[in-house]
Amino acid sequence: MAAAVFQGFGASTALSLSKSFDSKRVKLPFGRSLSERRASFVVVGSDGRVVLDSSRAQKLVTNAVATKGDSAAATSASKPGHELLLFEALQEGLEEEMERDPLVCVMGEDVGHYGGSYKVTKGLATKYGDLRVLDTPIAENSFTGMGIGAAMTGLRPIVEGMNMGFLLLAYNQISNNCGMLHYTSGGQFKIPIVIRGPGGVGRQLGAEHSQRLESYFQSIPGIQMVACSTPYNAKGLMKAAIRSDNPVILFEHVLLYNLKERIPDEEYVLSLEEAEMVRPGEHVTILTYSRMRYHVMQAAKTLVNKGYDPEVIDIRSLKPFDLYTIGNSVKKTHRVLIVEECMRTGGIGASLTAAINENFHDYLDAPIVCLSSQDVPTPYAGTLEEWTVVQPGQIVTAVEQLCK
Amino acid sequence: MALSRAASSPSRAALLKPLAAAISSSLFRRPISTDTTPITVETSVPFTAHRCEAPSRTVETTAEELVGFFRTMALMRRAEIAADSLYKAKLIRGFCHLYDGQEAVAIGMEAAITKKDCIITAYRDHCIYLGRGGTLLEVFAELMGRQAGCSKGKGGSMHFYKKDAGFYGGHGIVGAQIPLGIGLAFAQKYKKDESVSFALYGDGAANQGQLFEALNMAALWDLPAILVCENNHYGMGTAEWRAAKSPAYYKRGDYVPGLKVDGMDALAVKQACKFAKEHALKNGPIILEMDTYRYHGHSMSDPGSTYRTRDEISGVRQERDPIERIRKLVLSLDLATEKELKDIEKEVRKEVDDAIAQAKESPMPDPSELFTNVYVKGYGVESFGADRKEVRAVLP
Repeated sequence: MAAAVFQGFGASTALSLSKSFDSKRVKLPFGRSLSERRASFVVVGSDGRVVLDSSRAQKLVTNAVATKGDSAAATSASKPGHELLLFEALQEGLEEEMERDPLVCVMGEDVGHYGGSYKVTKGLATKYGDLRVLDTPIAENSFTGMGIGAAMTGLRPIVEGMNMGFLLLAYNQISNNCGMLHYTSGGQFKIPIVIRGPGGVGRQLGAEHSQRLESYFQSIPGIQMVACSTPYNAKGLMKAAIRSDNPVILFEHVLLYNLKERIPDEEYVLSLEEAEMVRPGEHVTILTYSRMRYHVMQAAKTLVNKGYDPEVIDIRSLKPFDLYTIGNSVKKTHRVLIVEECMRTGGIGASLTAAINENFHDYLDAPIVCLSSQDVPTPYAGTLEEWTVVQPGQIVTAVEQLCK
Repeated sequence: MALSRAASSPSRAALLKPLAAAISSSLFRRPISTDTTPITVETSVPFTAHRCEAPSRTVETTAEELVGFFRTMALMRRAEIAADSLYKAKLIRGFCHLYDGQEAVAIGMEAAITKKDCIITAYRDHCIYLGRGGTLLEVFAELMGRQAGCSKGKGGSMHFYKKDAGFYGGHGIVGAQIPLGIGLAFAQKYKKDESVSFALYGDGAANQGQLFEALNMAALWDLPAILVCENNHYGMGTAEWRAAKSPAYYKRGDYVPGLKVDGMDALAVKQACKFAKEHALKNGPIILEMDTYRYHGHSMSDPGSTYRTRDEISGVRQERDPIERIRKLVLSLDLATEKELKDIEKEVRKEVDDAIAQAKESPMPDPSELFTNVYVKGYGVESFGADRKEVRAVLP
């Protein structure tokens, strides 16, 4: 059995697995002893790397006896976990954290009585009260500042931008106060705030409601950025972001809120700095995040039929990049394609291209290809909007070019 | 130097004051720093109120407090003047915004509150930091960018913080500290702390939209926030009447009560802050406008004389200087002699010089400090920028 499941996190060497494992020695990220955390589990691979993979987790939980081959799907007789939509997964993560820690609070426009414009905070106001799930007036700059001020004293607020684009009004607060206070105070203050909201190009929402802010925020020192793409990683990243003592910006996507997936019943938290291996392969590394993951997977089907074997990685962590996972992949395939929804100029792809070139130049057989959205404000007309973002057909063509 | 001492009932004060005066003049000189018999003083200017009842002009204080005020204000004044010379000697670089002339606001506020109450201000923060309990060494070391500074040399003049004393800075972008201050008040209400937050800003920042947004929220949720406008009448080079249609800053809260205070009178400030704290805990936000003045320019790069006359500056210095006011009060109440006060000033000067010498000896931060404190060590990874140059560090 290559992997072992035990309640713990981060074995430092591969060897420790083969020896008898002293579970009391393992230190959990949030400082609680193992005995307290009965319900959680995490999978550690045989090479010592922690893998948080839902399919493998499921396999290990349901099949107590020897596993049968490689079928990822569990038997239909006893399907573990529960099925839900992405916004429900976010809500579950949020609710679990609010239950666990009374200092966690939510603030944003229409998050309370209305239940959230995308229903992520539905029902929370009735459960936790109006102060803990705070309906703010339309004053992004100030309520983000208010959240940061509250975080300075120890509260753990989650600020929701009804649409990520509105957070441009709070840019000063996010950049100067949120990102920099830990540094300029010499470590006195920590800002455990989470700023989240939907962004990205939706269905004909118009230019100002289709913004991708990850490129604007990426230079701010002191913040972490993550983008969720499936219900599984949405819940895990939400919980991790809330527990992190650093300011985290969680990017959701307007079109992904109704994705359905089966997630485990047990409590789990994902790592904020880790990328997700969506599909292992040999020929080319495709790096993507958020909605473009689905375009890539669609393209991957076509590519597989054509005989290519792409390795798809959902980078998830936009700041800092998980160059470890990405690097290992580059060392294997020697070709990189980045597919993102950001603008071409100054986007996440541009930074990632630079980072990979700098660090893994020797391993590349071909220049990195980066497919991003066009440098135009998103038009309203459906056909035009379709062509501002990267389509699966373009991805297939790019891979074919790259692997020539 | 303890700054706050609760006064007892007025009737006792009325009885004791002539008695105490009689004793002192006829018998021996009682030690000036330990007498706590209450004294009542009238503020020079009455308070002007907006949507609330102005507090009484009669302030209760003690000899200890008054002499303490004198000492601390002299310390602040000396520290700012010393910072001026250090800047001209190029030991302090960048921006240096000096507070001399406005010391009464810092002192009076401290006298009315506890360390559990929070203060947040913009970049003119040296004296408020001192008032909150910061040491001179930390101030000068931070100004010179040394390790012994309060922010380890990484903040500079505009980023002084003291978390254990409830001082939240120290902010460069003026106006942005107001929503932060409202956030502090929010947390206090959330945790049911029974303490208040003072968010200080200037007449220039009073025109920022964030102020009104924050005020709206604070009033909506009855947050224990007190917004203090330190009106020194100039937003850098622009006089208040050229920047604001309505320079009555205490009235601009509209539905929020306001109080205009003579900011050069430490006792008036103390009375106003005490009143404001009681108000905020019961009824929500209140605006205090402190009518004050700065002698230096906006910062060390501003001579301060291109937009105002030297006569104006020296006029204020002669008539309204906060330290002189306290000195006259102490001398008239016979709480100390001229010589004792001069001794205090000499002592203070020496203290400042010693602190500067000590700060000069403190080393510059280590180069590795460039990368510390960017992130809190959360999940055990130390990040060096957007991508990690080293293999991901593993959790312990």
